[in-house]
Amino acid sequence: MSNTHINAGGAAALAPREYHLAHEPHPENGTSLGFWLYLMSDCLIFAALFATYGVLGRNYAAGPTGKELFDLGLVALNTAFLLMSSITFGFAMLQKQKKNVKGTLLWLAITGLLGAAFLAVELYEFHHLIHEGAGPTRSAFLSSFFTLVSTHGLHVTFGLIWLITLMIQISKHGLIEANVRRINCLSMFWHFLDVVWIGVFTFVYLMGVL
Amino acid sequence: MSAHDIHAGHDDHHAHDDLHVSLGDYVKGFILAVILTAIPFALVMGNVIQDRATAVAVLGLFAVVQIIVHMVYFLHMNGKIQGGWTMLSTIFTVVFVAIGIAGTLWVMFHMNTNMMPKHEMPMAPAMSAPAAVTP
Repeated sequence: MSNTHINAGGAAALAPREYHLAHEPHPENGTSLGFWLYLMSDCLIFAALFATYGVLGRNYAAGPTGKELFDLGLVALNTAFLLMSSITFGFAMLQKQKKNVKGTLLWLAITGLLGAAFLAVELYEFHHLIHEGAGPTRSAFLSSFFTLVSTHGLHVTFGLIWLITLMIQISKHGLIEANVRRINCLSMFWHFLDVVWIGVFTFVYLMGVL
Repeated sequence: MSAHDIHAGHDDHHAHDDLHVSLGDYVKGFILAVILTAIPFALVMGNVIQDRATAVAVLGLFAVVQIIVHMVYFLHMNGKIQGGWTMLSTIFTVVFVAIGIAGTLWVMFHMNTNMMPKHEMPMAPAMSAPAAVTP
């Protein structure tokens, strides 16, 4: 008798104690803000590389100059690929908003192909430069050029890996909340890379051939 | 969390649960971006501006405007999202980047000037300067 009484009292005492909240305390859109802060910190990496290029960009060490090396036609083609991939990602975002899985996947695939085309042209350009003897070891100008442009290229590569992974996840699980969050973050990442590319084609390529 | 609580008055309604995008924004942004990309390329490839300083200023201006266009239409920036924290962190970064790049160029080019008493070729003697100091 006393035993059950103690049990009931113990249960009553324990019941209101909750060590885990039923809902995790997530601030509104915390991931978006956190990812934005990451992008801003990434901005600082690019700022350091742009500053380095700004200082060393004319130290040719009697080697080839930007005017002799840069093929603006190729850069224009690359810029077109990246710009088009930006709007195709926008179309993917619109399809995501309509909860259309197939449309989202289609536009993500087109975006990925444009990103891959961008990388292919960039790798062709690098290969061509190194083949001509204008590799990153030739001069301070080329060292800083390769560091800046290939850091951007590396970001695009990781963006592509992320994009393919996300496409697999969306095709497996659909547009669940987690995937929507991921595609929103990738959208920020992708458009951010386009913004950095504006700096690259203006300050490195266009000003380099002046 | 306290920072969030302070701004609770602004974003306690859960309106921005998902990012809202519109076709019009993307199309407008894309058209502006194409124009703002094509003009600088045409200027440089057609050798339109002869004076280097003017060309750098014009190209820089086009780049800044295009970056703002991308921020507004592709990255959906405005002063309200995340209770203004996105805008605040962006402004901080822009100031930081501006000081970093402008400061670096300023310091480094003055250092080059100070290291070379007679500098007909601006950069080449600077390369040999450290070598002369080492022995």
